Amino acid sequence: MSKDTANRNTKVMNRYDVTSRLIGKLQNEEAVIGGIGNTNFDLWAAGHRPQNFYMLGSMGLAFPIALGVALAQPDRRVIALEGDGSLLMQLGALSTIASLKPKNLTMIVFDNGIYQITGSQPTPAASVADIVAISVGSGLTNSVWAADEEDFERLVDESLGASEPTLIALRIDDQPGVGTTRRDPVQIRERFMHGLGVRQPL
Amino acid sequence: MAIVEQHTPPLTSHDTAERTWHGIVLQTLKRNDVGLIPYVPDRVLTPLIRNLHADPFFTTFATAREEEAVGILAGAWMGGRRGALLMQTSGFATLANVLASLAVPYQIPLIMFVSERGTLGEFNYGQALVCRTMRPVLDSLALEHHTITRLDELEFTVDRSIKQAVTTQAPVALILNPLLTGGKTFDK
Repeated sequence: MSKDTANRNTKVMNRYDVTSRLIGKLQNEEAVIGGIGNTNFDLWAAGHRPQNFYMLGSMGLAFPIALGVALAQPDRRVIALEGDGSLLMQLGALSTIASLKPKNLTMIVFDNGIYQITGSQPTPAASVADIVAISVGSGLTNSVWAADEEDFERLVDESLGASEPTLIALRIDDQPGVGTTRRDPVQIRERFMHGLGVRQPL
Repeated sequence: MAIVEQHTPPLTSHDTAERTWHGIVLQTLKRNDVGLIPYVPDRVLTPLIRNLHADPFFTTFATAREEEAVGILAGAWMGGRRGALLMQTSGFATLANVLASLAVPYQIPLIMFVSERGTLGEFNYGQALVCRTMRPVLDSLALEHHTITRLDELEFTVDRSIKQAVTTQAPVALILNPLLTGGKTFDK
């Protein structure tokens, strides 16, 4: 039953490249939640937007935070970027999201099978678990592997108009993140709230 | 397992209809526009959870784990919606990382209700031990917390704590002691 992810017929992509492609598509002040580590660094490097939120800890909570934003602002599209190791920390969140069915939530999982930022140790799921199968089994029926960059872009376009939560998983390489997120949590949160129209700057 | 039904301390108030601990909590949440309620179940919280589900003002749902709920509430706050997390003592014990890396540094007014196990007749040694970790964790992060034992102080404590959390952008834990709720008793 378990599938060797290395044998899956999907292209190995680059996180910064696909993150940049994603950000390039956003025209409607969509919120983007970046998981910790390299996911976050590439989101930052792809071009800072006030609607970006950067996590500095709490590994595994990118999807729950995005869910909260999606519930608070049902008319805004919310996109969450998460690594495979982080997702493993909080698999239960997939079931919570499936049960609430936020139609405005897109979840993207970058899967390289390693805890890259801590020295590239393999995750316990590497080569044995299939994230999309887990997601479908958790109740997120609209979950799919992106075959290549073009397929990823098509899936993102679809998800931005979808009427149910979408999870897109990509195999990625082990290249480190391109930028480094500025590590000021209050500034990050405040700017994000301005970006979401919840607050005005002083 | 049976919950000891609502014990009723002497009421100073004239109206008794709403004077249950869970009725007061529900009404005070509503009055403060705290409407998003993720929870991880607890026997003692059952009447509150049931009544929150029944009231369309609230968006009430179970999460698989308490930290997940903290993430959801942080996102919701940043998106302009207030909520509160319901859990029991052992659930709070799983939160040290997310409090220290999300709620506190990002200044999120996280409102937590903790049904207190591990004290006043606790029968499970594991619960008794885990309870002793709770206040040291709260104190080590300098987090506001109140242990509520009296029905006549409940509304004031909950109402003011919500207002303080929001205005100071800081988490607060409201610990619901067995003297308030009746707790859970050994019944096997």
